[in-house]
Amino acid sequence: MSSNPETVTAKPDRLVQVPNKEPASHSVSAAGADAELLLGSHSYDSVTDRISGIVLDQRSHPTAWFAVFALAFLALNGMMLTITWLLYRGVGIWGINQPAGWGFDIINFVWWIGIGHAGTLISAILLLMRQQWRTSINRFAEAMTLFAVACAGLYPLLHTGRPWVAYWLFPYPNIMGIWPQFRSPLIWDVFAVSTYMTVSALFWFVGLVPDLASLRDRARNRFARILFGIGALGWRGSARHWARYEAAYLMLAGLSTPLVLSVHSIVSFDFAVSVLPGWHTTVFPPYFVAGAIYAGFAMVLTLAIPVRAWYGLRDFITDKHLDWMAKIMLATGLIVVYGYIMEMFYGWYSGNPYEGFLIKNRMTGPYAPLFWALLVCNGVVPQVLWSPRWRSSPAVLFTVSLVVSVGMWLERFIIIPVSLHRDFLPSSWGMYVPTVWDWGMFVGTLGLFFFLMFLFIRFLPMISIFEIRDLLHRIRGRRDLATEGHHEA
Amino acid sequence: MSPIADRDNLDHSGDLGSVPSPASATLRERLLSAGSRGIWRSLDELLDTPEFRKWVEDEFPHRESLLGMDRRRFLQLMGASLALAGITGCRFLPQRRAVPFVKAVEEEVPGMPLYYASAIVLSGIAAGVLVESHEGRPTKIEGNPLHPASLGSTDLFTQAAILNLYDPDRSRNVVHAGDVATWPELLAALRGVLDQQQREAGAGLRILSGAITSPSLLAQIDALRRRLPEARWYQWEAANRDNVCAGMRQAFGRPLNPVYRLDRAHVVVTLDADILTGMPGSVRYARDFMSGRRVRANQRTMNRLYAVESSPTNTGAVADHRLTVRAQDIHAVAAQLAHVLMGDSSTHVPAQELGDDYEGRWLAACARDLLANRGRCLVVAGDGQPAAVHVLAAAMNEFLGNVGHTVAYTAPIYGEWREATAQLQELASEIASGRVDALLVLGANPVYDAPADMPFADLIRRVPFTVHLGLHLDETGHVCQWHAPLAHDLESWGDARSYDGTVTFRQPLIQPLFDGKSIPEIVSVLVGRPADGYELHRAYWTKQFGGTNAAKQFRRAIHDGLIENSSLPSESVRVREDAVRTAMQVPARKTGGNVEVVFAPDPTLYDGRFANNGWLQELPKAMTRLTWDNAALLAPSTAHRLGIDDGDVLEIRAGDRSIEAPARLQPGHAKDSLTLHLGGGRNRAGTVGNGVGFSAYVLRDSEHTWLIADASVARTGRTHSFATTEQHHAMDRERLDGQHGRDIVRVLQLGAFDAQKVRTHGERTWRPTGFYDGKDHKYDGYAWGMAIDLTLCTGCNACVVACQAENNIPVVGKEQVARGREMHWIRIDRYYEGPVDDPAVHQQPVLCMHCEQAPCEPVCPVAATVHSHEGLNQMVYNRCVGTRYCSNNCPYKVRRFNFLNYANHTEPTILQLLRNPNVTVRGRGVMEKCTFCVQRINAARIAAKKEGRSIRDGEIITACQGACPTRAIVFGNIADPDSEVSRLKREPHDYSLLGDLDTRPRVTYLARVTNPNPDSPAGAGLDREAHTP
Repeated sequence: MSSNPETVTAKPDRLVQVPNKEPASHSVSAAGADAELLLGSHSYDSVTDRISGIVLDQRSHPTAWFAVFALAFLALNGMMLTITWLLYRGVGIWGINQPAGWGFDIINFVWWIGIGHAGTLISAILLLMRQQWRTSINRFAEAMTLFAVACAGLYPLLHTGRPWVAYWLFPYPNIMGIWPQFRSPLIWDVFAVSTYMTVSALFWFVGLVPDLASLRDRARNRFARILFGIGALGWRGSARHWARYEAAYLMLAGLSTPLVLSVHSIVSFDFAVSVLPGWHTTVFPPYFVAGAIYAGFAMVLTLAIPVRAWYGLRDFITDKHLDWMAKIMLATGLIVVYGYIMEMFYGWYSGNPYEGFLIKNRMTGPYAPLFWALLVCNGVVPQVLWSPRWRSSPAVLFTVSLVVSVGMWLERFIIIPVSLHRDFLPSSWGMYVPTVWDWGMFVGTLGLFFFLMFLFIRFLPMISIFEIRDLLHRIRGRRDLATEGHHEA
Repeated sequence: MSPIADRDNLDHSGDLGSVPSPASATLRERLLSAGSRGIWRSLDELLDTPEFRKWVEDEFPHRESLLGMDRRRFLQLMGASLALAGITGCRFLPQRRAVPFVKAVEEEVPGMPLYYASAIVLSGIAAGVLVESHEGRPTKIEGNPLHPASLGSTDLFTQAAILNLYDPDRSRNVVHAGDVATWPELLAALRGVLDQQQREAGAGLRILSGAITSPSLLAQIDALRRRLPEARWYQWEAANRDNVCAGMRQAFGRPLNPVYRLDRAHVVVTLDADILTGMPGSVRYARDFMSGRRVRANQRTMNRLYAVESSPTNTGAVADHRLTVRAQDIHAVAAQLAHVLMGDSSTHVPAQELGDDYEGRWLAACARDLLANRGRCLVVAGDGQPAAVHVLAAAMNEFLGNVGHTVAYTAPIYGEWREATAQLQELASEIASGRVDALLVLGANPVYDAPADMPFADLIRRVPFTVHLGLHLDETGHVCQWHAPLAHDLESWGDARSYDGTVTFRQPLIQPLFDGKSIPEIVSVLVGRPADGYELHRAYWTKQFGGTNAAKQFRRAIHDGLIENSSLPSESVRVREDAVRTAMQVPARKTGGNVEVVFAPDPTLYDGRFANNGWLQELPKAMTRLTWDNAALLAPSTAHRLGIDDGDVLEIRAGDRSIEAPARLQPGHAKDSLTLHLGGGRNRAGTVGNGVGFSAYVLRDSEHTWLIADASVARTGRTHSFATTEQHHAMDRERLDGQHGRDIVRVLQLGAFDAQKVRTHGERTWRPTGFYDGKDHKYDGYAWGMAIDLTLCTGCNACVVACQAENNIPVVGKEQVARGREMHWIRIDRYYEGPVDDPAVHQQPVLCMHCEQAPCEPVCPVAATVHSHEGLNQMVYNRCVGTRYCSNNCPYKVRRFNFLNYANHTEPTILQLLRNPNVTVRGRGVMEKCTFCVQRINAARIAAKKEGRSIRDGEIITACQGACPTRAIVFGNIADPDSEVSRLKREPHDYSLLGDLDTRPRVTYLARVTNPNPDSPAGAGLDREAHTP
């Protein structure tokens, strides 16, 4: 396949003007539910050209890419600085203390892990449920998962007092003759997160193989051809390849599906297994999973909406996609709010003075503004998504998703340090105040995330080419069938 | 290599020089004769000869020999050179010989500590101690069980004294006019002055020291007086007992030393007297007092304590009834009480009805109680109260028939007892009038702590010859011409009397670390017979003992640390009636100002001498829980009235003096009264103590030693941030509920002590099913446990310092404490309950509970905290990766984390000598907590195993238990039903802290039992119905 210079150099908005090689009758119009998932008049070629063009033509990147990338790189360097100082001085540079032994470190760990969940949900569960609308966002969301887990993974390692022996958390035969303590939820975390990371990476990579082959075939740069060639693993697109691919992909989807539920359930065990009021709660596993998906979709929207605008990808990431994601956010958001309500209810209903105090302290204590902000962010603001009109507005969705991201971060703040700072004995109560190094680390991981994300956007196809083509095929097939039926009638 | 580069090589040059150099011989010769040339700065100077220079400058001085070499020789040399090249990496290190003892030091077994009896002297008053010594370095101070003032316990100052010994900021050499000097130079100068003074009979010689009770030193002073009759020796203490001295003189005609027997007192009334923690003899007093409060199932009698005080103290916290009165009004209260008591039977005082207000009814009930317990009660006046209050207290005790029972009067322990302020005033006026030619300041620090009307910094500069002897080059040391290091108590020989006069021997545990000399040694120079401290001590005491047995008695006294039965005999005296009549006259209240200012020794820094002691700076002060600060304490209602908030910097003005101090709201403080603790604001204390807090001395003058009745206070508009370990929560203007309605400190009234009711009170009667049921720890052998009797705890903090000393617990500094990162393994929790102006105070020592179902254990991912088969919850430092999950999951929050490298084990300092070798020093990133002093358990286990027996009950004393003056903490084997701890745990009022979490703690508490007088009006929280959660 040779690339068409006209299409690959196209500025985003020019795409629709490019004459298709395919007959016009093949172009898509609004027909059937799936049809809304791919707009514009696209042919198989134009799909490939359009998406691979972003990768292969380095001149196609808007100024926004450079701006965001530069900011991210700056923040990433801030993180490097923070980590250096952290390793040199110790975790005392953070605001953690007695009684709040965990602060930003675990807040951000949980937050990032949660963000990753949308990717897995989209890739695995929606695949198994044959939801076509996942097609154009899954690659993107999976990459997000991967990078979010990378950001999350930094924290458990660096939050330890002695990170140079953090590998003791892994079960490996050693001369000390001692295993990790398998009763600890932190060990479950190690398994959960490392499995999650591995499966997500595999899933993402396997999904990339056919597209890498396309890029290999289209790249004119020798260096790019070699790299894409290595990544393509000798993919030739034969029917056998496709059969194996489909089988492998489905299997990985099957493997990932329980992870969507298990990873955040296990993360929630870190808290639920303890004795601390505010942590010792049976509702945590489902509530955490819902929260994770909630936060994840918020992050997908936060990224997808601007990127789609910058790269003119409205044909592929349509308003229908946004609408679906908004609905999922609304649904999971309601589950999360249900969780809040249950926490408050049981604080009162249990008759346990510590639980009762916890709720009172959340509502009226020194961190009360954060609690009320949380309710506004996660409970009130997302209710605008009931309105189809608001749901179809990218600006509103973008705002709501940012608000939800903040809200979910606040939720972790409320759960972790706010539960810790006033527990059983009033004599031990204290306050948790993050330091500049806490922020440095947090902003730094945001930098790392966007740094990786924007590298991904630039150097790998952010939308699955072959799956869009598959979608095109399906839409077309359905339309064709419909036309045929019409003819027959 | 330059031939002179390495001195070691020079030493070996004769052996090594394969090529003999002309210089090496010269060098050797010169070096050998170096002594004759005196001091040489460098070898160059020593060897500066033309031939040597030539040899140095010529790179190959023997090149002609190379030319005449044959092939064989050349190859030989090449071979040898190559071979030698290989060993150039070997350096010749300086050789030092370590010679083992041919005969072992007596009783010294490496690894086994030895204990020596000694004394720690504070303001002249000795605390008998046993000092633990590891291979010659003292590491820990314990009480001396034989000593009547200790009975095995200590106060916090005694515990912390060991840190003063190793203080890296201690003065290290003699200093003259800012330059390093030597002892011989100082002594030469001193002799010159003494020769001069000898001619004038010492008319220009003045010596200033702290209070002295040492019989041998007093004898030396007598000798000095004989030699230089016109010389004067003054004693100054900032935290002085002038009021006691004056009061006793007024009452009895001469100053006598009141000694109390609290074990015989059923009813005790204190008049601003912190008898349990803040007076000479408090350690013993607390023990005696608490012997009347050990309520058990079969023993339901209890003494009763009424405390009248202005600023809350530990004594007030323990009291069954507390009356909050301004310090200046306590005299009136005392007079009222005396009226009521003695009005009927003595003619000199008209009977007077008490008012029907709260105070009146309170005093009436108190008086009735006293009268019902004649001969078995006690009235104690505080050191800060004026002489008249002491007279009244003496009169009441006499009237109540307590003299000889609960109080005895002995000759003063100070020898001749004169008011310190008067003495210092005399010195000041003598200097001012130019009569002083030479001033020796021995251990005192008047530049810092003298009353503000005596500007000692200026006065000392006027004296032609001034010497300061001190542990530190402090404020006074800087002003004096000469400064010399003083030997620490544990570095020198000496003696002192304790509160009751018992002669206590002080023996050194270590050679002076910084070449310090003791005061007796210096005085021996003044007397003209310079002698070593031991000689002085031995000579005096063998002479005192006399007879053939003297040497044996001397040895015995050193071994025991005291001379048995050497307490001063009680004198039979009667209170002068006219003195009582005068004392009854309560002076009119001073008007002016808006508050009174009360001075008090700091609960942890005393008069400021401990300012450079990190343990004491970081020790949360009783009641305020402040660290690294002092503050102006005031009642919340007063603060509200004056618009003052916690942390506001106040300007406190009295007369023409003013200071700035941050305000601290103190529940239970008297209204319109401000308490200022002495001891802050030092600027020459050392790196730890400089600039901590403010100096209250600036406001304190000789007229107002303890009280300024008419001071005024105003806000400056600035604020100050405190580092406190316990925050004020919900500082309600009306009522305080420190426990937030939780079942933390249980309080019972003696009358409500119903065994059955108490037993089931709040305890969980069901056991929840756990995830790991059936996998409980299997115990065998010993089962260690602890019981803490909250009735007995005075909150004195001795246990906290003892734990810090025993377990190498680091000091973290104010900034880290403010962040909530203090490292204490045991802490005293304090809860206020009740009306904000007069709340009950509950104090509770909390340490690791060693739970049988410890929440910390299952959550550690690396099994760094594990359960021992004896029930200890163990922390394995080497395994800890520092996730802090254990601490988060600890309901008692007793775990402590090394957020930074607090122990600073990488930097060598003298403080490393202090460390207990049996306790690991924890590095950064590691969790730590109370171990139940596992090192002591194991030491006892080894001893028991060697003797083929099991560990006896009471054989293991944890550090906190050992220090506790009231024996509130009992540790032992709960598997043994007869052990003391088992017996206590069977008491009906034994309970588990947060027992409903089913952690099954091995540490349990005996509920606090109070004994309020049913007649007394309900006031403080303690008077109300028992605390029911």
